[in-house]
Amino acid sequence: MNRTLLAAAVIAASASMNLGAATAINGSGATFPAPLYMRWASDFKKVDPNVTVNYQGIGSGAGVTQFIQGITDFGASDVAMKDEEILQARTSAGGRTVMIPATAGSIVLAYNVPGVQSGLKLTRDAYVSILVGDIKSWNAPEIAKANPGVNLPNLPITVVTRSDASGTTAVFTAHCAEFSAKFNDIVCGGKGSTKSGTWPVGVAGKGNDGVTALIKSTPGAIGYVEYGFAANNKLAMAQLQNKAGNFIAPSVESAATTLASIKLPANLRYFILDPKGANDYPIVTFTWLLLKATYADAAKGAAVKAFVTYALTKGQATAPSLGYVTLPAEVVTKAQAALATVK
Amino acid sequence: MDGKSITAVPSSGLVREYRPRPDLFRAGCWIASGATVALLGFILGEILFKAWPAICKYGFGFLTGIQWAPNRDSFGVLPVLIGTAASSFIALLFALPLGLAIAIFLSENFLPPTIRQTIRFVVELLASIPSVVYGLWGIFIVVPLVQQYGSILANKFGFLPIFSGPVYGNSLLTASLVLALMVLPTITAISRNALIAVPPTLREASYALGATRWETILGVILPTAAPGIVASTILGLGRAMGETMAIAMLIGNSQRLTWSLLSPSNTLSALLANQFAEAEGIQVSALMYAALLLVIMTLLVNIAGEAVLRRAQRTVVGLK
Repeated sequence: MNRTLLAAAVIAASASMNLGAATAINGSGATFPAPLYMRWASDFKKVDPNVTVNYQGIGSGAGVTQFIQGITDFGASDVAMKDEEILQARTSAGGRTVMIPATAGSIVLAYNVPGVQSGLKLTRDAYVSILVGDIKSWNAPEIAKANPGVNLPNLPITVVTRSDASGTTAVFTAHCAEFSAKFNDIVCGGKGSTKSGTWPVGVAGKGNDGVTALIKSTPGAIGYVEYGFAANNKLAMAQLQNKAGNFIAPSVESAATTLASIKLPANLRYFILDPKGANDYPIVTFTWLLLKATYADAAKGAAVKAFVTYALTKGQATAPSLGYVTLPAEVVTKAQAALATVK
Repeated sequence: MDGKSITAVPSSGLVREYRPRPDLFRAGCWIASGATVALLGFILGEILFKAWPAICKYGFGFLTGIQWAPNRDSFGVLPVLIGTAASSFIALLFALPLGLAIAIFLSENFLPPTIRQTIRFVVELLASIPSVVYGLWGIFIVVPLVQQYGSILANKFGFLPIFSGPVYGNSLLTASLVLALMVLPTITAISRNALIAVPPTLREASYALGATRWETILGVILPTAAPGIVASTILGLGRAMGETMAIAMLIGNSQRLTWSLLSPSNTLSALLANQFAEAEGIQVSALMYAALLLVIMTLLVNIAGEAVLRRAQRTVVGLK
């Protein structure tokens, strides 16, 4: 009896010693890539059982704030970090920040128009006019002209936007403001991009999931969500006219086409406002992981590095299944070079 | 008598000697109640402290400004204040007649006591349903209803500003309807207590004078219980104003000024829930200012409700 107890105690002790050797790294930020990061975290657990990666999708802004405050080991943001934020992090979190593009995705205009299952075409003027409230009904001539043969109902348009500040909104508004001065003026307050737009029409929901729910439950709705959310929820997505004038359906492939021609600058921060290629899907963005250049806790630093290395190599293969884009080889090479400076 | 005179009683060993010592129970109670009051003060102080930059910057104009635009650093909560007040009052408009009717029904002897108890239990159970469940229920049931019948309303009565289109499923009306259901238990329970507290002698006297049951209820019981019913309404209002989750899911979260019940709107609590996590800079302060307004409003309403309720209880007790 005593012996079994002793054996049990020894096993328990060795188990807890194993736990002691384990490292947990915590990250938070963008909700846009959150499904992919969580998948990477659980897959990485199989690669290295001693490292636990916790990721919380709390929003890009909050993620950057927590990273600057040193609450998290890594941050994540759809809009990377501004220069003044990087400066702040230098003083408060101690040291240089390394921004690693981890994946990319597209933002789609999803809609709920009874009778129009998919493939609705929207010209650049049409979708911007819908969003600022100039086009109010689905059978408006501006929409009908691009969709010959489609039976568009006489249904009022309900624009669905985000009620919270969001990186998704920033990327989406940056694209629209790039070619529409009116949109820039009304929604972005003339700033060229905004995390929380001042929308003149429509309803708003919290998060990509809130917007998705509103679109699903409202006949006549149209709103912007991340591609993965729209695909998972089987929302109809509009084909958008790109700068070259072609209508491009959102897909992992069309987003990859857009990314293929991108040249990243030295700090790896680049926003694709309005791609020029003939077959480029117009609204595509990288999303970044924010790392410290030097980790005080060496074990944590090594764990973060191993996790991000995994994300940039094997992890890229899982991206398309969740609606994200595998990074082009050139981007991965640059990202790995930046990662090599992390200690 | 002091401690010494007690010890002077010849002790047989059965009586324990009294020794004055610190009353720990009493001290514990003091500390606990003091901490509760201090906590409220601390919360208010913290909100005020965080809101101070916005109070200095926007002052009273914050309450009358109609634009909430974080990207322009322009913050005004008038549409949100109106949305808060309108959704709560419309909710009461639906909940008060219904709640009062249930309360009268449950306080009279129309039904056997066991069935009455069951109904009362079910109504009070409504209070225990989580807010988010009301929100989901609203999305699946009330939103389509409002969208469907709202367009009929807008077609027939669209000339009235309150029913003008375009019709949204997520609207002030949707939120108010669900809110009505959420405050129903508060109104029913407190009104019923007020009605039951009316002394039976009053009822008997009314019958003795030849009044029917209907006349007795309307002419004697309701007026006597009126202060309690008013209190129930005010407390229901307090609950309605602070409600967050279900509202954020249903009201459409739009800070635009509009007359129409069928348009999206917003409330203070929903605004906070939606924007706080991602707010930065002066926006945090502006949201704290909004939170301060919400706390002040609900505190005042609840204090008023409690005050009326106490007076009501005193008057009824006086009648006995």
